[in-house]
Amino acid sequence: MQHRMSRVVLAAWALLGLAGRLEAQPNRGGPPQNFDNVELHLIPVQGNVYMLIGAGGNMTVQVGNEGVLLVDTMYAPLAPRIAAEIKKLSPGMIQYIIDTHVHGDHVGGNEALAKLGAPGASPTDTGGATIIAHENVVNRMTKPATAGQTPTATPGLPNDEYFTPTKDLYFNGEPIFIIHEPNAHTDGDSIVLFRRSDVISTGDIFTPERYPFIDRERGGSVQGLLDALNHIIHLTVPAHLQEGGTRVIPGHGRLCDEAEVVEFRNMITIVRDRVQDLIKKGMTLDQVKAAKPTLDYDTEFGSGDTFVEAVYQSLKNPPAKAASPR
Amino acid sequence: MNPAIRISIGALAISLATPAFAQIDFSGEWAPAYHEDGPERVPGPEIGDYLGMPLNEAARLQADSYDADRISVVNEYECRPHSADYGMRGLGDLRVTREINPTTQDLIAFHTYMPAWGSVRTIYMDGRPHPPDYAEHTWQGFSTGVWDGNTLIITTTHLKANYLRRNGIASSDKRTLTEYWARHRDYLTVVTHVVDPVMLTEPLVRSQNWTLDPGQKSQRMFCEYQPEVPGAPGAVPNHLPGANPFLHEVADWYGLPYEATRGGANTLYPEYQLTMPKPDKPPPAKCERFCVCTVLQDCNLHGAPPPR
Repeated sequence: MQHRMSRVVLAAWALLGLAGRLEAQPNRGGPPQNFDNVELHLIPVQGNVYMLIGAGGNMTVQVGNEGVLLVDTMYAPLAPRIAAEIKKLSPGMIQYIIDTHVHGDHVGGNEALAKLGAPGASPTDTGGATIIAHENVVNRMTKPATAGQTPTATPGLPNDEYFTPTKDLYFNGEPIFIIHEPNAHTDGDSIVLFRRSDVISTGDIFTPERYPFIDRERGGSVQGLLDALNHIIHLTVPAHLQEGGTRVIPGHGRLCDEAEVVEFRNMITIVRDRVQDLIKKGMTLDQVKAAKPTLDYDTEFGSGDTFVEAVYQSLKNPPAKAASPR
Repeated sequence: MNPAIRISIGALAISLATPAFAQIDFSGEWAPAYHEDGPERVPGPEIGDYLGMPLNEAARLQADSYDADRISVVNEYECRPHSADYGMRGLGDLRVTREINPTTQDLIAFHTYMPAWGSVRTIYMDGRPHPPDYAEHTWQGFSTGVWDGNTLIITTTHLKANYLRRNGIASSDKRTLTEYWARHRDYLTVVTHVVDPVMLTEPLVRSQNWTLDPGQKSQRMFCEYQPEVPGAPGAVPNHLPGANPFLHEVADWYGLPYEATRGGANTLYPEYQLTMPKPDKPPPAKCERFCVCTVLQDCNLHGAPPPR
């Protein structure tokens, strides 16, 4: 019976087109066993921006007279319930979806939610919402599993890619900046700045309740991650006495402001400095791990081994500098 | 009905309408007394002074890695306020006001204001629940109070990560603060009890006192961060593990066993004296450092700090 159940679950994941994308997320815990048990919480952030917390990555929802814009889409099985939550905010149709990066817990609901979008909204004129992402996300989603095979488009593939350092649009009465952060969590990360609402959606560049996952297989690096976090700190402006002001919606975890991004950046910088020092002393990866450079943060974030390995590897073999300056 | 009976019933009704618990009024302007833990509070703790702190290994390493340049180089730290727990330790002029429901006369909340960092707190007394885990955290957290006799017990959650002592001993955003407020005429005593599963092996308990000072005029706090020290963008000053040259200073200056200055639950209790090692350097014959510190302004008058 157990065996049969496993096959059913595997088949379901294959149908969802998610299995391949989820494998690259160690320490993420994977998708929930039963989506019916997932609680969705929609919380107001500020201006016309809301945050939707559930399973997978956090979603950002911006609403107004022109309709609905989403940043990330969680998992496909949650799409009907996500749509119901959005309807509580706006009767408008989903016009835009912005993918912060390629992982399945952030783009899994693309296809199902895009179908709820306005007919003709997409530049590909297939109906449904426009899905925006950096071109590296599109490349990753269409890359064949085996070299030499014909590329196959994953369902929910972005249909409006950008390759420039930034892309902007004006929607629901506010300027929205989509900013590429090269070689950070992956090589296709975007952060999204809602300029009037004063909110930044970071994707998995910022995960305040866990060590960052630097996806080396998909172009992530510790220095790119730090550059991205420093950029987010540069963009955020706290209100009175370092609190409030620009709100930050992380890839996972609670709603934050600049202060939490600073703490997260500090932790990564300090660990980077330690690993760099150990590399200079000629230590191997195993020796670096044995030195426990994350010992003072493990009581908060759990084992730092995967993080340390990614830091070590990306300092030893940094990615080629990509993209032009902003 | 007999008038006497009617009066009795009326009195009973009034007494039943009054909450059965005590309601001490903490309202007023309170001036801090620094006789307790003076040198730690003003002028502030020495680097490497972890005395009396039940730190775990992680917290100790984080504190050892702390470089005091961080509060200048990391601009965002320049205006970072004390959070609710450390605020009680700091430069704590304190104003307390009550918010009363005008219809029911029930106490809705106490509000506090501390001019140091302009910290404002609300302590809800109306029985509302704490927010869910995914709600925003703040420097002052979310506080609710209940009465235990004349003592007000306040529970605070949703605190941002801050510090347990402002020499690099960090606190996490997973800590819970419990306060016990007691008023004895013109004196206010607040005992704080911090449970931090990330940084501490047992609760950190401290007490602070204020005296009623009706003439106190609290100031407004301004702060605007600026680059103070040239540095590489994104730099976070820190000492590599085992490389902080300042950790022994506090033991040597005060003639304390180095081991005791490292903190830890085993160093907190009297039994520790039985196993405590001898100091590397004997205590100075007379006080040389921060000898009178009951008022901020005179802290350095009696014995200048030795040059670093």
